[in-house]
Amino acid sequence: MINGDDFAISIRQSRRLKWGERAIQLFMISCSLVAVAVTIGIVFSLVFESYRFFQFVPVYDFLFGLEWSPQTAIREDQVGANGSFGAIPLITGTLLISAIAMAVATPLGLASAIYLAEYAGKRTRDVVKPVLEILAGIPTVVYGFFAALMIAPFIRMTGTDMGLEVASESALAAGLAMGIMIVPLISSLSDDVINAVPQSLRDASLGLGATHSETIRRVILPAATPGIAGSLLLATSTAIGETMIVVMAAGLAANLTANPLEAVTTITAQIVSLLTGDQEFDSAKTLSAFALGLLLFCITLLLNVAALKIVKHYREQYD
Amino acid sequence: MTDSFTQLTPELRRRHRAEFRFQWAGRLAILIAIGFLVVMVSSIAVLGVGALQQTHIKLNVFLDPAQIDTNSLKEADYGRLVKSALKARFPDVSKRRDRRKLYGLISSEAAFTLREKVVQDPSLVGKTLKLWVIASDDVDMLIKGHVSSGAAGGEHRISDMEMRWIDEFRKSGDIETRFNSRFFWSGDSREPELAGIMSALMGSVFSLLVCFALSFPVGIMAAIYLEEFAPKNRWNDLIEVNINNLAAVPSIVFGLLGLAVFLNTFGLPRSSPLVGGMVLALMTLPTIIIASRAALRAVPPSIREAALGIGASPIQSTFHHVAPLALPGMLTGAIIGMARALGETAPLLMIGMVAFIVDVPTSFVEPATALPVQIFLWADSPERAFLEKTSAAIIVLLVFLVLMNIAAIVIRRKFENRF
Amino acid sequence: MSTPELKQQVYAENHAEAQAIHPIISARNVSVFYGENKALNDLSLDVPANQVTSLIGPSGCGKTTFLRCLNRMNDLIDICRVEGEILVADQDIYDPAVDVVTLRAHVGMVFQKANPFPKSIFENVAYGLRIHGLTNSKSELEGRVEHSLKRAGLWAEVSDRLDHSGTGLSGGQQQRLCIARTIAVEPRVILMDETCSALDPIATAKIEELMDELREKFTIIIVTHSMHQAARVSQHTAFFHMGELVEHGRTEQIFTSPRDKRTESYITGRIG
Repeated sequence: MINGDDFAISIRQSRRLKWGERAIQLFMISCSLVAVAVTIGIVFSLVFESYRFFQFVPVYDFLFGLEWSPQTAIREDQVGANGSFGAIPLITGTLLISAIAMAVATPLGLASAIYLAEYAGKRTRDVVKPVLEILAGIPTVVYGFFAALMIAPFIRMTGTDMGLEVASESALAAGLAMGIMIVPLISSLSDDVINAVPQSLRDASLGLGATHSETIRRVILPAATPGIAGSLLLATSTAIGETMIVVMAAGLAANLTANPLEAVTTITAQIVSLLTGDQEFDSAKTLSAFALGLLLFCITLLLNVAALKIVKHYREQYD
Repeated sequence: MTDSFTQLTPELRRRHRAEFRFQWAGRLAILIAIGFLVVMVSSIAVLGVGALQQTHIKLNVFLDPAQIDTNSLKEADYGRLVKSALKARFPDVSKRRDRRKLYGLISSEAAFTLREKVVQDPSLVGKTLKLWVIASDDVDMLIKGHVSSGAAGGEHRISDMEMRWIDEFRKSGDIETRFNSRFFWSGDSREPELAGIMSALMGSVFSLLVCFALSFPVGIMAAIYLEEFAPKNRWNDLIEVNINNLAAVPSIVFGLLGLAVFLNTFGLPRSSPLVGGMVLALMTLPTIIIASRAALRAVPPSIREAALGIGASPIQSTFHHVAPLALPGMLTGAIIGMARALGETAPLLMIGMVAFIVDVPTSFVEPATALPVQIFLWADSPERAFLEKTSAAIIVLLVFLVLMNIAAIVIRRKFENRF
Repeated sequence: MSTPELKQQVYAENHAEAQAIHPIISARNVSVFYGENKALNDLSLDVPANQVTSLIGPSGCGKTTFLRCLNRMNDLIDICRVEGEILVADQDIYDPAVDVVTLRAHVGMVFQKANPFPKSIFENVAYGLRIHGLTNSKSELEGRVEHSLKRAGLWAEVSDRLDHSGTGLSGGQQQRLCIARTIAVEPRVILMDETCSALDPIATAKIEELMDELREKFTIIIVTHSMHQAARVSQHTAFFHMGELVEHGRTEQIFTSPRDKRTESYITGRIG
C-alpha cells in the first residue's frame, strides 16, 4: 500500500522524469525538421547560386533564349567569350523526351493496371505486380546503358531501312527506355486508384448487362480519372527529372527540334555535363547549372504539388 | 432485344469482340513491359558473363642472371625479360613495329606478375620459368569470339600477323581462359583486362554506411514524432506536405545541394564517400519516413491503450511497445531506401565521385567512386572489352539489389501478421 | 410430417399453382457453394410472372445468394459454384451457351445500397440504353429516359435538373433513380435486394407503391428483412432458413397459416 506521502513523492518523481522525455521529444521534433531544412537548403542554395548566375546573364535571356552553348572564355578577348545561355532548346528537349516517355508509359501502364485490378486472378496479380515493380527498381544507369547500346542502334537501323535519317543518339531511344522505366509508377498508382472505385458501381453496371470492358470504360475509368491524372502527373515529373538515361542515350547537342529521331539534350543532361570535369567555380558556365537546377526544381515541384493534391482529394472522395 | 439468352445478335458479337480485345490489350501491355525487362536483363547478362573469364598466355621466361641483380630483385627490368621471352618464341619477327605488336599480345601486368614470383623465390634466377600471364584485352576479345578473326580492316584491332601468333599459342596449348578473380578484387584501370570493381564497390559500401547511419535514426525519429506525437496543426501539415514533395524531387537536385552546401560552404572533401553518403541520406530520408510511418500505423491502437492503461507515459508507450513492433517494417523501408541509394548515380556525379580510382578506398574521406558511377564511366569507354566489364558490373549491382530486396521481403514475411 | 415429405408436398402444391399462371423463373434442386461452404441446399422454387415475390428469412439464410443466382451476379465471386438448374423463360441460365450480358439485360437488379453512377441523372438512366444500343436517335433516347423516370415516379422531382449528378439526390431518390435505370432496358424480371433497407418510411412507401405499379409489366422478386414489407407488397412469399427453402406459397397463406414451425417462429418474431 502507498500512503498519501509516497503517492505525492512518486508523482513528483515522475515529473522529474519528464525532463528526459522532453529532451527525447525535442530530439524527435528536430529530426522531423531535418526534412524541412533540406527543402530550405535546396531552395536557398539554388536561388543563391542562380542569383549569381543572373548577374552574368539576364533572366530574360536565360528563360527565352533560343541558343544554348555554354562557353567560358579561356582568354579575355576570345570570340564568343560569353557563350549563350538560352534554356529554350533544353526545355523543349526535356519536354520532347518526357512526351515520348509518357506516350510509351501511359498506355502500357494504364492497360497493365486495368488488367491487374479488374481481370487478373489473385495468383497472376501476386506474380505480375512484383515483376513489374522490378522495372522501377533497376538503376537508371542500367537503362541508360541499354538504351545507348541496344535501343539506339536498333532505332537507327530500322529508321535507315525505312529511309529516315536517325541520329546515333536520338530522343526516341532515351524516351523509350524512360517510358518503360515509369510503367510501374503509373501502373501501381492507377491500380490503387481503380481498386478504390466502390464495388457497388461495378455491380450496378454489370447488373444492367454491361460487359466487363464497358463497365471499365464507361463507369470505372471516368470515376477514377482524377486519381489517374494524378499518377500521370507524378510520372511526368519523374520523367522530367530523370538524368542518367538522357546523359547516356540522348546526348548533349542542344538542338531546337521536335523530331524524335534527332539528338536533343535535356536540363538534367546539361547540369551533369556542366558540373563534371574541370570547372572554375565562379564562371557563368558553372553557375548556369544551378539556374538549370532551379528551373528543374520549380517545374517538378509544380507537377508534384498538383499531383499530390489531386490524389489526396480523390482518396477523400471515396474514403 | 433478343428473345433467347443464347442467341447472339451481331451487336452482341461486336460487344463481345470488344471485350476480348480489351482484355488482350491489358495482357499485351504486361507482356511488353515484362518482355522488355527480360530482354534487357538477359542481354546484359549474356554480355557480362564473359567478364568472369580472362584469357591467359603461357610464356617460358628465362630469368637471365645478367639482367637481375640478386641484391635488388625488385629493381630489375622484368618487362624486358617478358619481351625477350616473346621474342624467343617468335624469333622471325624482326621489324620494330611488328615487335611492338607482339609485345602487345600480353598485358603490361605480366612484368609485375613476374617480379612477384622472383621476389618470392629468388632461387628462380637463372632458370627458365613457365609463367601464365594475362593476355591483352584485344586477344581476350578474340579468344572469346567477340572479334571475328581474319577480316582485316579499320574496325578490327587484330591483324593477320597477330592472328598467326595467337594460332600458334593455341596449337601448343599455351593460351587458355581462366576464372577472372581479378575483376572482383582489383580497382579500376585504363587497361580493360586489368580493370576491376573493388574500388567502386568499396566506395558504394562506405557511402551506404554513411547514408544508413544518418538517414535511419533521423528518419524513424521523425516518423515516430509525426505519427505518434505531432498535434494536428498547420505547422505539422506543412512538414508532411514537405516530406511528400521531397520524395518526388529529382535526385540530381540533391546532388546540387550537396555541391553547394557540403562542398562549397562546409568545405568537406570532394569525391569522398562521406559527402556521397550525406547526399544519399538526404535523398533517402523521405522514403524512410514514409515507410516508417506506415509501419507505425499498422501497430494496433490496443497496444498503445494497453501501455497507457498501466501508467506508461506516451514516450514510454511509444519506445517500449509501439516502436519495437514497428521496427521490422521500418527496417524493410530502410533497406528498400538503401537499395535505391545504391543504384543512384546522378547526385554522385555532382559531388565529384566520378574520378578514376585505382586503389581501393579504405576510409570515408578518400576520393572514391561508386558502383553505378563506375558503370557509367566504363559505358563511356570505347574498348570492346569494357562493354563486357560494364555488363558484368551491372550484373554485380543487380545481384546486390536483389539481395537487399530479398532481405527486405524476408524481414517483412517473418514479422507480418503478428497482430 | 417429416421435412422432406413436407417439402415435396409444398412444392407440388405451389408448382401446380405456379404452372397455372406459368412461372417465369423456376429453380430445380439448386445448391450453391462458396468454396467448401454450402450456402444453399437443394432448393426448388417457381416464381410466377407479373407478381411480386418476396424472399424472407433471418440474416445469412441464403436469400440474397439465391437472388444473385438469378442473374448470375454470383459469377463475379471466384469461389462461388452453382449446382442444379435455374430456368428463366424456360431457358437454363447456367447453360454454357447462355450469354450473361443478355441475361442481365433481361433480369435486372436493384441493390441494397443505392449506387448511382457519378454521372448526370440523364446519363444514369441512358447508360443501359446506350450499352445495349436500344435507341436509334437522340430523341428516342430522351423519350425512353423520360418514360423510365416517369415510371419510377422520379420525373416530377428531377425533370428540371437532368444534368445534375445522380449522387446529389437524396437516398430515396437515388434508389428510385437506380430503379429507373434498371427498367429503362425493359427487363422481364427485376431483382431487388433489400432495396428499402437504408431508406426512411416515406421513401420506402414510395418505392413499395412503385413495385405494385411495376408488376403489371415486370416480374419482381424482392429480398427483405421486413415482414411487414413482404406482407404489404408481395403476392408470393418464400421463407428461407439456414440455406434451406423452408416453405413458400401465397403471402396470405404464409403469414396466416404457416405449415412449418420455423416459419411460424420467424413470423411471430421468435427467431430472426
